[in-house]
Amino acid sequence: MNLTTTEELVKTFNENSKKLSPAQSDVRKDAISAFQKQGFPGRKHEEWKYTNLAPVLGRDYLIEDTTTLNKKDIDGLLLSSMEANHLVFVNGNYNKELSSVNAEEPIVISDLSQAGDINEYLTASSITLNDSLTELNTALANGVVITVKKGKVVNKPIIIHFVGDGRKGNIFANTRNIFILEENAQATFIENYSTIGSNAHFSNNITQIVVKKDAFATYYKIQNDAQSDHVGTTQVYQPEKSNFAATTITLDGGIIRNNLNIRLSSEYSEASMVGLYMVKGNTHIDNHTLVDHAKANCYSNELYKGLLDDKSTGVFNGKIYVRQDAQKTNAFQSNKNILLSKDATMNTKPQLEIFADDVKCSHGATTGMMDEEPLFYLRSRGISEKKAKALLMHAFAADILEYIKLEPLKELLDQTILDRLS
Amino acid sequence: MSENIKILEEITSSEYKYGFETKIEADSAPKGLNEDIVKFISAKKNEPQWLLEWRLKAYRHWLTLTEPHWQNVNYPAINYQDIIYYSAPKPKVKLNSLDEIDPELKATFDKLGISLDEQKRLSGVAVDAVMDSVSVATTYKGKLAEQGIIFCSLSEAVQEHPELIKKYLGSVVPMTDNYFAALNSAVFSDGSFVYIPKGVRCPMELSTYFRINAANTGQFERTLIVAEDSSYVSYLEGCTAPMRDENQLHAAVVELIAMDNAEIKYSTVQNWYPGDKDGKGGIYNFVTKRGICSGVNSKISWTQVETGSSITWKYPSVILKGDNSIGEFYSVAVTNNMQQADTGTKMIHIGKNTKSRIVSKGISAGKSQNSYRGLVEVMKRAENARNFSQCDSLLMGDKCGAHTFPYIEVKNNTATVEHEATTSKIGEDQIFYCNQRGIGTEAAVALIVNGYCKEVLNQLPMEFAVEAQKLLAISLEGSVG
Repeated sequence: MNLTTTEELVKTFNENSKKLSPAQSDVRKDAISAFQKQGFPGRKHEEWKYTNLAPVLGRDYLIEDTTTLNKKDIDGLLLSSMEANHLVFVNGNYNKELSSVNAEEPIVISDLSQAGDINEYLTASSITLNDSLTELNTALANGVVITVKKGKVVNKPIIIHFVGDGRKGNIFANTRNIFILEENAQATFIENYSTIGSNAHFSNNITQIVVKKDAFATYYKIQNDAQSDHVGTTQVYQPEKSNFAATTITLDGGIIRNNLNIRLSSEYSEASMVGLYMVKGNTHIDNHTLVDHAKANCYSNELYKGLLDDKSTGVFNGKIYVRQDAQKTNAFQSNKNILLSKDATMNTKPQLEIFADDVKCSHGATTGMMDEEPLFYLRSRGISEKKAKALLMHAFAADILEYIKLEPLKELLDQTILDRLS
Repeated sequence: MSENIKILEEITSSEYKYGFETKIEADSAPKGLNEDIVKFISAKKNEPQWLLEWRLKAYRHWLTLTEPHWQNVNYPAINYQDIIYYSAPKPKVKLNSLDEIDPELKATFDKLGISLDEQKRLSGVAVDAVMDSVSVATTYKGKLAEQGIIFCSLSEAVQEHPELIKKYLGSVVPMTDNYFAALNSAVFSDGSFVYIPKGVRCPMELSTYFRINAANTGQFERTLIVAEDSSYVSYLEGCTAPMRDENQLHAAVVELIAMDNAEIKYSTVQNWYPGDKDGKGGIYNFVTKRGICSGVNSKISWTQVETGSSITWKYPSVILKGDNSIGEFYSVAVTNNMQQADTGTKMIHIGKNTKSRIVSKGISAGKSQNSYRGLVEVMKRAENARNFSQCDSLLMGDKCGAHTFPYIEVKNNTATVEHEATTSKIGEDQIFYCNQRGIGTEAAVALIVNGYCKEVLNQLPMEFAVEAQKLLAISLEGSVG
């Protein structure tokens, strides 16, 4: 299937729509017609000014429901040996056979297409900055709803493996997952992307995280797969006083666009967003974040750091909205980039929109090359240039890894980065 | 706090000082825009054929464009057929001395504090006064001419120095650049032209004063400044308009060209009528300003104090083409009541070792919206480019907004680009500190705001700095929320 025309996608939708629960069919039909009207976003779209999807859309894709992958194929993937609840999605669809969830964990997993009462999370307005890709996801995606019961703590992290079975051809996968943390619940989610086979894996995903009163959600998005092209939106709702922390780590990939939208709609909520992108080759990494401070006394903190080598391109767009009611808001944002090669490019747009006066908001952005002075310091002590550079890059990345509270994940990422630098 | 609010109300309801209208017979074109109007303006100015062709080309291009709406401001649609595109104070014959100027006109400029009377001027500022887009008088012309400096109205320059105009007009802001630049290119009525020859340091500040007088007119002036090798010029512009209930459009174009080792300093104190406190009336200030550092070691510096206009929408930019060239942008933008501002700069680094510095201070009060939008672009061959940007916003009151949209595009790894922004309000502790020492709240706010803007105000030539400080005080005193 070629994605440059919308017709085939609409045909796919019409075939799939028979399987939908009647409760969802209207909202999904609205979505496909919205997508049909808009088409894929081009460079003229302000939010897509720096990211060109054309090379991804130009390929032929398969949308596959079934798979012949077995457990052995999955075992070799990153994070699969970690002690955790593993949920495996193959070509966008949840695969129960390949997944392993500890029965004692206080979670309920249900199929998205059969869940009836979740329409409020499927409407266009449920995504803060919705575009034609989120509409397409609403129309086509399968996925799960994971509910963490009131007052319960999920002991082991929940790892979502997005696996593309690219042995027969390029895969286009749409997944939509909804995580609901009820009052006082706690859970950690990790999303990881990988591809089996030699073809490309283009995923268009939405993850919605509802963090209810006094709940605490930790969310990691790990991208270290050269064959993955990705457009994804993580939409977080904090309807009442709650806490949310996101960490996005991108070490490899094709064309990647991560949207992270957080709605702080009650007083005294906290959100933290950190990110590290360390890319080379032709990787294009685009991080768009948006924090919407709707109510007073909330706190948000954001730090994204990037190391760009070879011909890689980085994009950072961080929006902070502070609404009129959001007095006493503290919102901080920082984006730091190092260009390691002549051909690397970085486009940064930190953006503040503030409608309340009693606030403390700041943002900063820097782009430059590696600092000469520390390099000289290390060189003068007999450390080779290559090693000195590796040390400094590792230290630069460590700032972000520090935020990772999950020790095994931190070690694994640290090791991956060290291997890369040596 | 209620005391503060009272002061705020008093201040915001205070009248716009320059809102009078002068009864001068004006020579106007009929309302509306078509090729005949463009030809009419060109004929009025007795322009050569090539310029008429240029205008018509711009007009035809303008017809193909649609008005842009990406900016962060809201206004009702402009009816371009409801505007008078040419209005000039009726001149009798060619003026030989200032004594021949219409006394009414002279009185107007006296009222504005712009004395055209050379004898009375001790400060040594050469003034070109532009009313309803037509230059009415230029002072000190003779003295400047001794050094080879050309400072005159653009229409005069078209007659007397056509080779320079032909060479440079539209070379920085092409007529196809954007919607309003195309419109201006088609209908511009006058403006100022400055030419500084090689190695000359302009001995005095050059200044243009813009005044919109007639109703329903748009002001479309063009300023063109060319600084030859190793020359220096400092140029000031000031603007006012009468109070009217309808909105008036001001779409100007400013082009600066700095050759090798040349320096241009361009300062603006913009105080167009901002509309009343409900947002009725006021000027739409949609201006394209751009300079090019085309030579090595050249420097262009923009300083602006924006207090007027119901909508300000402009981005004075610098193209840093020559190696080692420097671009600077210092801005204070104040919005009060229903005013909207979307302003900032573009620094395009093309040459090696180019440097740029951006300092933007936004102050919003009342129900106003104030945006900074800027682009710093480092091109591939701009080795060792350096940029520092700082944009701070100060909010007064809980109904206003402050927004920042910086775009930073870096394509060269030897570049160092820094951007920082903060948003805050005047602290109660700061006010308290002043009160405690016997400084009234009103004076304290002025003091704090002036301190906040100091970095920018310091860049203004002495005379303007004083005026700008007073303007800030008028626009803001007591606005603490």
